[in-house]
Amino acid sequence: MQLNRDELLGAYRRMKTIREFEERLHEEIKTGEIGGFTHLYAGQEAVAVGLCDQLTIDDKIVSTHRGHGHCIAKGCDVKGMMKEIYGRAGGLCKGRAGSMHIADLDVGMLGANGIVGGGAPQAVGAAIAARIDGKGRVGVTFSGDGACNQGTTFEAMNLAVVTKVPAIFVFENNHYSEHTGDAYAVGTNRDIASRAEGFGMKAWRANGCDFFETYAAFTEILEYVRAGNGPAAIELDTERYYGHFEGDPQRYRGKGELDRIRAERDCLKAFRARVTGAALLTDADLDTIDAEVLALIDEAVAEARADEQPDPATVADDVYVEYY
Amino acid sequence: MAIMNIREAIVSTLHAEMERDSDIILLGEDVVGGNGTAGGPEAIGGIWGTSPGLWKKFGPERVIDTPISESAIIGAAAGAALSGKRPVAELMFADFVGVSLDQIWNQMAKFRYMFGGKTKCPAVVRLVYGAGMQTAAQHSQSVYAMLTAMPGLKVVLPTTPADAKGLLTEALRGDDPVMFFEHKTLYGVKGEVPDGDHRQRFGEARVVREGGDVTVVACGRMVNFSEKAADAVAKDGIGIDLLDLRTTSPLDEDAILESVEQTGRLVVVDESPPRCSLAADIAAMVTERAFTSLKAPPAMVTAPHSPIPFARNLERAWVPSPQKIEDAVRRVLAFR
Repeated sequence: MQLNRDELLGAYRRMKTIREFEERLHEEIKTGEIGGFTHLYAGQEAVAVGLCDQLTIDDKIVSTHRGHGHCIAKGCDVKGMMKEIYGRAGGLCKGRAGSMHIADLDVGMLGANGIVGGGAPQAVGAAIAARIDGKGRVGVTFSGDGACNQGTTFEAMNLAVVTKVPAIFVFENNHYSEHTGDAYAVGTNRDIASRAEGFGMKAWRANGCDFFETYAAFTEILEYVRAGNGPAAIELDTERYYGHFEGDPQRYRGKGELDRIRAERDCLKAFRARVTGAALLTDADLDTIDAEVLALIDEAVAEARADEQPDPATVADDVYVEYY
Repeated sequence: MAIMNIREAIVSTLHAEMERDSDIILLGEDVVGGNGTAGGPEAIGGIWGTSPGLWKKFGPERVIDTPISESAIIGAAAGAALSGKRPVAELMFADFVGVSLDQIWNQMAKFRYMFGGKTKCPAVVRLVYGAGMQTAAQHSQSVYAMLTAMPGLKVVLPTTPADAKGLLTEALRGDDPVMFFEHKTLYGVKGEVPDGDHRQRFGEARVVREGGDVTVVACGRMVNFSEKAADAVAKDGIGIDLLDLRTTSPLDEDAILESVEQTGRLVVVDESPPRCSLAADIAAMVTERAFTSLKAPPAMVTAPHSPIPFARNLERAWVPSPQKIEDAVRRVLAFR
């Protein structure tokens, strides 16, 4: 795998954007201006960007309720997302979705999902459509180690294998489904990829905290799936920095666990060390991006705060396309 | 006009619409039938005989046999609809919505609203429903009221072959998710079907007959039972306004209210238990909006508040009968 300078800068910018979006939300939520449940993706950036950087706008992804990272990686407007999370009229979904259900079909993002395991069969549907269209597109579902235990995920994997459609099952194992560990809840000895293999699918495994390893695995998977070999799966060992939801005190974590994973498994630090070590990019290149991303997030928050609330008179709009 | 039964009307409509629009795909258990067997594909064209010939004509890309996986079927339909296709997903028994309810209720019904009106979900779910074949508690239910209660879904129940064609065509050309209910005892009902393009708008009740004394509102098989009741009371000079709802979402409130304003008397017939039912909903709507027109309390003719029994005589006792409808008509007329 050889990424050129622009590709490397772009990947870093998107990972950094996700990280700062999440870090900033973590602070803003404390102000009480953002309601509802917010589930942060920080720590898992290498997965979303490692895959979505290799997708086109016509490839479809279906996300989880930890969906901000997938949205940003797939190209959703960051300011529109921030407005949506603030419940504003100018949000990507006019304030109807909030954090848990953001979608932007114009960029092939079919929605975060408030139901654990809700997305997997929809990705198979997207893959059915992709195969009919015959343009080498794929349908991707992101699932966590929680969703891998849902029946919908099993049904979707079997249907994808039976119909041989270009579906990709991405299992982001951050080792916690809500507040329960994969050591307890994943019955196949914590091995999710073997489940996909059990359905007759080729499955990959990668270190989800290593952008380059993740990217390389997705390159292989996309080549395999776009060539018409049917569905594929990948399990990524990754880390979630924040709780299941914002406000979760994470009492289930081990002592020093979060400090250790931030120190040892941070995908952004690893990326920086790798590209500067190999003299592909300089610290100054990356620092410039850091500053630009921070400015963008500042603007996004300011614009979200300033945006109007949705008009209550529109509360029942858009239920149907047409209601006689 | 051709004479055909409801099954034939559905099959021919699927053929015509799939030919017209290459985005329409069909998926479900045994819609091809025989895949993976010695008999091979099309050994059976659908358990209810509603998909023969489709696989041969349109191929496995568009006519997709699925494993027994209702969540996957409906979820795949939802995802395909979001990806530019017009899926028709078949649930061979409406009772199985329970297995796939999340994909219907939380997913396809909500996409448009939740995503700020920026998308549509043109999926048709065909559900085979109803009592009358001794298929008992888990294979006989009329779950249309439950789905009618969910904003975002349109709910359709054809009673005649002409409506089967017109309503299915409308469903396949619309952009909302449609729950298309086919009563398992009505497939053989014959009637005239308009040739060529025939669309029946949703939310327009069919006036089956006009009589002026009592308004009877029904859907599905209960329309036919209500006709029998209307014939019976006609011998005593009692005239029934009989409305076949055709769709419960949208509901033709105007047709119901207009008739009740004339007759002052309402009987709602519903092939499901009474609590939180379609009958209760319509009775409440009329009571709220046409109270001063009413000369008697609205009557609900429903099944009892119980699951559906197997034994033939018990099942007959469970289903609202022409006799019970007739009794209700006489009851509201006798009220002073």
